[in-house]
Amino acid sequence: MSTILVFAEQQDGVFKKAGFEVVSQARKLADESGADVVAVAIGSGIEDKTGVLGEYGADRILLADDEKLENYNPETYKNVFVAAARDTKAEILLFSATTTGKDLAPRIAAAMDSSMASDCIGIGLNDGKLNVDRPLYAGKVFAHIVIEGNPQIASLRPNVFEAVKSREGQNVSAEKISLPDLASKISVIEVRRSGGDKLDVSEAEIIVTGGRGVRGPEHFDIIEELAHSLDAAVGATRAAVDAGWRPHEDQVGQTGKVVSPNLYILCGASGAIQHWAGMSGSKCIVAINKDENAPIMKKADYSIIGDLFEVVPVMTAEVKKFRE
Amino acid sequence: MKIAVCLKQVPDTEANIKIASDQKSIDESAIKFIVNPYDEYAIEEALKLKESQGAESVIAITLGPDRAKDALRTAVAMGVDDVVLLKTSANSSDALSAAKSLAAKIKETGAEMILLGKEAIDDGSMQVGPMLSELLNIPCITVVTKLEVNGSSVKAEREIEGGVEVLQTTMPCIITCQKGLNEPRFPSIRGVMMAKKKQISEEAVELDDAKLAVSSLSYPQSRSEGKIVGEGTEAVPELIRLLREEAKVI
Repeated sequence: MSTILVFAEQQDGVFKKAGFEVVSQARKLADESGADVVAVAIGSGIEDKTGVLGEYGADRILLADDEKLENYNPETYKNVFVAAARDTKAEILLFSATTTGKDLAPRIAAAMDSSMASDCIGIGLNDGKLNVDRPLYAGKVFAHIVIEGNPQIASLRPNVFEAVKSREGQNVSAEKISLPDLASKISVIEVRRSGGDKLDVSEAEIIVTGGRGVRGPEHFDIIEELAHSLDAAVGATRAAVDAGWRPHEDQVGQTGKVVSPNLYILCGASGAIQHWAGMSGSKCIVAINKDENAPIMKKADYSIIGDLFEVVPVMTAEVKKFRE
Repeated sequence: MKIAVCLKQVPDTEANIKIASDQKSIDESAIKFIVNPYDEYAIEEALKLKESQGAESVIAITLGPDRAKDALRTAVAMGVDDVVLLKTSANSSDALSAAKSLAAKIKETGAEMILLGKEAIDDGSMQVGPMLSELLNIPCITVVTKLEVNGSSVKAEREIEGGVEVLQTTMPCIITCQKGLNEPRFPSIRGVMMAKKKQISEEAVELDDAKLAVSSLSYPQSRSEGKIVGEGTEAVPELIRLLREEAKVI
């Protein structure tokens, strides 16, 4: 029986939706090929939290639980996962292309002398080989790639694949695995979360982004209020970040983050090619712009020609009306 | 101490990308190439470290075709001491084989601090830095927005979802650089003159056989024609209705 091994990412004992998406996708591939889905959970004090992975389709759950594994450390996590990959003789390794997944997966690929494809938006099996689609030039074109290595390795872009509880109520108990040496040349001194519950653009289902038209950092409260009413993350264009109005972690575009939320609302920005590349994978795009000739107005699914300072607060009020 | 910077020449962010007739590569004829923007942070950080730590020299290494020499000249113009082109004929889409060639060269230079951009904006794979860590068996900290070097001790802040992680390690090590780390300097006139005259050493490399292959390229699916809902605040209720009932996204 062949094995698809999945990294199930957790933070503070909470498994991430992005990880459920990968487990769900692995389940689909396994159902086609008759493979087993094995999820690897790494952390500290998470033993009673792993059950949910079975509901998303994991046949087995391998648990590495140790105080030393509380925070993500690239070297210890890599050693644990590589040991699990060797033990299970997994033919396919899947990750989510989150910050952690992007840092971890290439180390594992190099350690196992295998190539990998990152940030995939499509995945399938053909003759036992992984076939994936991934963006190049931040999505200006897409590459169709056949992965040949052993193991075959890919990371999947968050928010693209559905997280499906295909085995609701299924109870899979975690198997503790023996831990490799947990020494590391890197130590984590501190983890600072900004503003507690700030939602990152790469993980958000809705993003409200402000551009040059917002005219200054002091006006971003209008954008933030709309975002808040929608439980959305706040994004920024390169112009807004380069002007120092917003932190660079909020930047969407080819030199920022590439995102694919359900809804992307762009306010006061033209939709330059490098920005469009970063958000054109969004399921629905809304533009608010004074200039009806801005490129974004032809490309957005819905647009309103108007001053964002007038339109956006009314949107916030309308959203609040139906959400209450 | 020697510092190595790995950089990559990439199409400009404003470039329109056209697929070539082989359907597997892009048509480079109308493309303006630049130094990968994230690699500029790596160059700047290397130059700053050289100044603050009294490092011996900064060497920039790139892997690519002949045109990539222009990227190395930009690095020289910014103040990098030595450059080397690892010349390839094949356009590799495989980070592991690229990382293997770079690792071999880095080893040869004896560099103790290796800096590179957190990703190249062409393939956006974010693989080479962490792969070098495995190949060279030295630590790598990715997506770094703040770096402090004190003797051989290295403290770095790295961007994570909704926060910052502070990590510590020792040299030799690899750092991948994120926007925010510094403000890359503009080349000086003197630097540009030097760069013009600089002899760029090149070494032909054969890339390891890739374990993945691009079978074809395609354009994104064109989105269906959008609609202008209306003008000004009066259009808002209709927009909200469309988002709820037609697009079903809120």
